[in-house]
Amino acid sequence: MASLEPRIHYEADLDPSFAREIIASSGSPSLMSCIQCGTCSSACPLSLYMDYTPRRIIAMVREGFKKEVLRSRTIWLCASCYACTVECPKQIRITDVMYALKRYAIREGVHPPRFPIPVLARLFYDTVRRRGRLTESWVVARLYLQTMPLRIPGMSTLGWKLLRRGRFPLLPEGIRDRRGLQRVLRVVERREVAR
Amino acid sequence: MSYLYFPGCSLKGTGRAYEESLLAVFRALGIPLAELADWNCCGATAYMSIDERQAFALAARNLALAEAQGASDNGAIQLIAPCSACYLVLLKAQRHLMTDTAFRQEMSGVLPGNMGDPGQIRIRHPLDVLVHDVGLQEIARHVRQPLRGLKVASYYGCQIVRPFALFDRPHDPSTMDDLVRTLGAEPVDWPLKTHCCGGSLTGTMPEVGLRLNYLLLREAQRRGADLIITVCPLCQFNLEAYQDFIRRRYPDLAPMPVLFFTQLIGMAMGLPPRELGLQRLLIPVEGRMAALSKEGAHARA
Repeated sequence: MASLEPRIHYEADLDPSFAREIIASSGSPSLMSCIQCGTCSSACPLSLYMDYTPRRIIAMVREGFKKEVLRSRTIWLCASCYACTVECPKQIRITDVMYALKRYAIREGVHPPRFPIPVLARLFYDTVRRRGRLTESWVVARLYLQTMPLRIPGMSTLGWKLLRRGRFPLLPEGIRDRRGLQRVLRVVERREVAR
Repeated sequence: MSYLYFPGCSLKGTGRAYEESLLAVFRALGIPLAELADWNCCGATAYMSIDERQAFALAARNLALAEAQGASDNGAIQLIAPCSACYLVLLKAQRHLMTDTAFRQEMSGVLPGNMGDPGQIRIRHPLDVLVHDVGLQEIARHVRQPLRGLKVASYYGCQIVRPFALFDRPHDPSTMDDLVRTLGAEPVDWPLKTHCCGGSLTGTMPEVGLRLNYLLLREAQRRGADLIITVCPLCQFNLEAYQDFIRRRYPDLAPMPVLFFTQLIGMAMGLPPRELGLQRLLIPVEGRMAALSKEGAHARA
């Protein structure tokens, strides 16, 4: 049986540093001045699938509901369309807050295993770091193998059609100066660690 | 005027027809496009979900390469990014480089060439360049086969008008509709033109991504569009490639051709279909065009 967890928290259960970390990582201090108007939730084309709407996520981040926020489906459903960011009357960069939450969740490893969205992000990241460019066909093929192997037969007709039209290249792309690129990325990484 | 061209990964893969038609149209207009040498991935959405500063570093390398390659024009380097995600990330990284001096200093030590003022590079979407630099009048001069009677729904998607609306209105963009009129076709009033296609959700959460695309396609169909044009390789892929999957869930959807806006320009300019990558479409457009020219012949008779 699934363990029951309280839905209402005492102040002592919350993480007061969470909001600070997310503000720093998203570069959006205006998060604290959210008036809970809900414009973001109504502008969002994906809120109808979310467990917490964007308005609630902002409130929960501010109060320190770290565990609930990081485990939510909401952050993975955000497609970065910036509709909320453009509409927010308090200029909260909600899309960047969602990015910050995705990064936090990936770093802490709290998303469900084989959940496709963070796996795609990871594959994308690893490929680009190694080769400098992404070859969509390869990343998609690996994503399906790792997270949705049962869907592969259903996708094969589309794959074949794309292949025949030269839209599914089999040769992986890459840049020439990979060492130079890795030097650039290492500088950033070093500072990340030093922080 | 000369431009540097940043293709991005999709234009070498699923969006090859975008690259082909873009280059063909610019060639026909007599505007040289030089591909940015040894460009790397822009650092888009998925990368930013892992590490934002590294994503900015990736974009910074591209900006440094652009600065080194030059193509200086009135002191500004014009860098064309056709993919909406690349366009946005390059702009975002440029702003970050301009405001975070510590980051800029770190970067200037390791980037190719010497990164001077990152603000002097103008990151442009080809739609902006075609409508505002080349101009609709000049494009009209090149139209050989006006697309009379063709009803076109223009899809702007999200990231070329949000969050930075640099060349069109974020709520009701109209540059593409003006362009459609210039080509002799008829723009369809389609309120969902900036509604999100779901990006990679079509692959990762199909029930969600497919529904978003269904809503877009159904509304375009309802409003009588013969086809949809897009400015982004991911939007084009979502709207076109998943139509069979969408129809399995929502059978009321008829096949709807989805083209890159540059393909439509090329068609009106009378460029050969192969140069525009029309053979790469999964839902062919030739049938609609033939039916249309037949109707036109009847009307004239």
